[in-house]
Amino acid sequence: MSIQSGIPSPLKLRPRADDRPGQRSGAVLPNKMTARGVKVFYGAKQALKGIDLDIRENRVLALIGPSGCGKSTFLRCLNRMNDTIEGCRVEGQIALDGEDVYGKAVDAVQLRARVGMVFQKPNPFPKSIYDNVAYGPRIHGLASGRDELDEVVQTSLKRAGLWAEVKDRLREPGTSLSGGQQQRLCIARAIAVSPEVILMDEPCSALDPIATAHIEELIDELRANYTIVIVTHNMQQAARVSQRTAFFHLGEMVECDDTEEIFTNPRDERTQGYITGRYG
Amino acid sequence: MTDLVERDAAAVTPSPAPSASPKSRLRSEAFARRLRARHAAERRFRLAGAAAVALAALMLVLLLGSIVAKGASAFLEARIRLEVTLDPAEVADRNYTALLRRALYAQFPQVTDRAGKRVLNDLLSSGAPYELEAMVAKNPALAGTTLTVWVRADDQIDQLVKGAYRRDLPESERGISDARIAAADALLASGALAQGFNTTLFTAGDSREPEQAGIGGAIAGSLLTLLVTMALSVPTGIAAAVYLEEFAPKNRWTDLIEVNINNLAAVPSIIFGLLGLAVFLGFFGMPRSAPLVGGLVMALMTLPVIIIASRVALKAVPPSIRQAALGIGASPLQTVLHHVLPLAMPGILTGTIIGMARALGETAPLLMIGMVAFIVDVPHGLTDSATVLPVQIYMWADSPERAFTERTSVAILILLGVLILLNGAAVILRKIFERRW
Repeated sequence: MSIQSGIPSPLKLRPRADDRPGQRSGAVLPNKMTARGVKVFYGAKQALKGIDLDIRENRVLALIGPSGCGKSTFLRCLNRMNDTIEGCRVEGQIALDGEDVYGKAVDAVQLRARVGMVFQKPNPFPKSIYDNVAYGPRIHGLASGRDELDEVVQTSLKRAGLWAEVKDRLREPGTSLSGGQQQRLCIARAIAVSPEVILMDEPCSALDPIATAHIEELIDELRANYTIVIVTHNMQQAARVSQRTAFFHLGEMVECDDTEEIFTNPRDERTQGYITGRYG
Repeated sequence: MTDLVERDAAAVTPSPAPSASPKSRLRSEAFARRLRARHAAERRFRLAGAAAVALAALMLVLLLGSIVAKGASAFLEARIRLEVTLDPAEVADRNYTALLRRALYAQFPQVTDRAGKRVLNDLLSSGAPYELEAMVAKNPALAGTTLTVWVRADDQIDQLVKGAYRRDLPESERGISDARIAAADALLASGALAQGFNTTLFTAGDSREPEQAGIGGAIAGSLLTLLVTMALSVPTGIAAAVYLEEFAPKNRWTDLIEVNINNLAAVPSIIFGLLGLAVFLGFFGMPRSAPLVGGLVMALMTLPVIIIASRVALKAVPPSIRQAALGIGASPLQTVLHHVLPLAMPGILTGTIIGMARALGETAPLLMIGMVAFIVDVPHGLTDSATVLPVQIYMWADSPERAFTERTSVAILILLGVLILLNGAAVILRKIFERRW
């Protein structure tokens, strides 16, 4: 992982045009994460060609774009999950609360506890529902004692809207749940470690419409406490759950704006083509 | 777009009847014929498969049947009942042979000549006096009393009782003299010669005399050897597999290591024996014929098997589990220990047990380190001289005495039994550890 030097600290960066106060989004919230000039290479192949993006606190940012445009790659840069991919190289700067996540002072393990992730396919551990949620707090030592851990598990499952359905079967394997329930279990597992940001990589693509609606409601509720970045192929979903939307195309970030603006008045021709279904 | 579709359709059906729609082609006579041919091919394949399984089962039944038929009689041994008067003077001299002989002569008052007495002497196993001695040593109060004992008969008598000799052959071709047969028959008639369960077989070590030979020493040697093998190769093999699969960078060096591990798995086992001879005996000066060295050599031999099986098992764990664990901030080691390894455990155990089973049945490497040897004592430690089950089978199979034939078979049965136990354990452990995801 090499980081380009000479990039100004994100704190000193000039606010970008769409971040200026008094504009469409009303009162501007602080940026939770910022990306500047992020380039990602898989071996010789360049997947991202310099992405600048701000992720605002307690807002949902949707990343849309055709397959292979790099939105999942970008998402995985935010919690350094790309570290685990052989031959993957990240350049540029990504900051969480002004601190470079690829810097020496940041430990990937700690970062991933602060920036949680929910994956495309529900991937509960083949353990009990309770152990699935309790795993994060256990390894990070977030709960002292049995009662506190029970409390964390209960709170997380409640926040994920799963408590009512599983409270009598916490000892059953997480894999025995339905697909939508499994995905909410994964969300509960992610929020059990109290992350600041939650990354969601197409969390509903393997779910039916009812389970999808469940998750979308959940995302809207979670926004109060967490900053959320969601990758989605479903433009209605992006329109429903997000406040801001970024459109990616061929490794570039074409346009990022308030969701309403993107869907009603896109500035770029490619964005318009994509959201109206001409390609993608 | 419309043009494209039409051109494609034309390319697929170059037939002169362009009017035939795909639907009608699926209902044509030609299609029905192909369908019948496909079903026939499937039936043939199934038949061939079933025949192969039946053939394999038949072979197994033949093999097991012949071994059981030959070996089952070894679970019994012929014993002779004697009324022994334990004369204190003879006991003090430890002249138990004389005591036994005197008791035997008493049953044949008509025999007075030397030749006749020699026939009687040879009815008893040469180990019989030691049996009596052991009894007296256990309970010294027996001296001076008369007691009824059942002592082991000679192996030829044992075989005669079991019907191994053909009585219709002339004496010169039979392998056992008329006089011995007559004496044994007399004992049988009086009920003083009978068969009992053969405990010697399981407790004793090897012996030149078949009736005194047992596989107790070989079983103990095999267990000790396997213990060393397991203690060394299982942790090392799993650790190596986990490192190579989960942590090591994928580069030329790890590729080289992988190729070498695969090569090692295919190296003939005798080479490992030579290595053991040169390194463990020659360089480190370890004792010959010891289970410790045998175990070390077997560990080297099974290590590649365990590494390869473990790597395959680790590879089979879905990456989504690793991502899930890493995604909530588990360190790579926690990811492996808490999630990946438990999920890979059934496969790792299967590979390990198969490796152990192979080590249990191996003789060639032991040849080089002196474990192919005639060892009478049952080993009690890792450095005692010992032999192992397959070696014992090999040595008994080589012995001329008729009684060793059945003992060879019974040793094979026991080895097979241990292997079935090991493989059964693999299946059970698999069931226990198996989890769905």
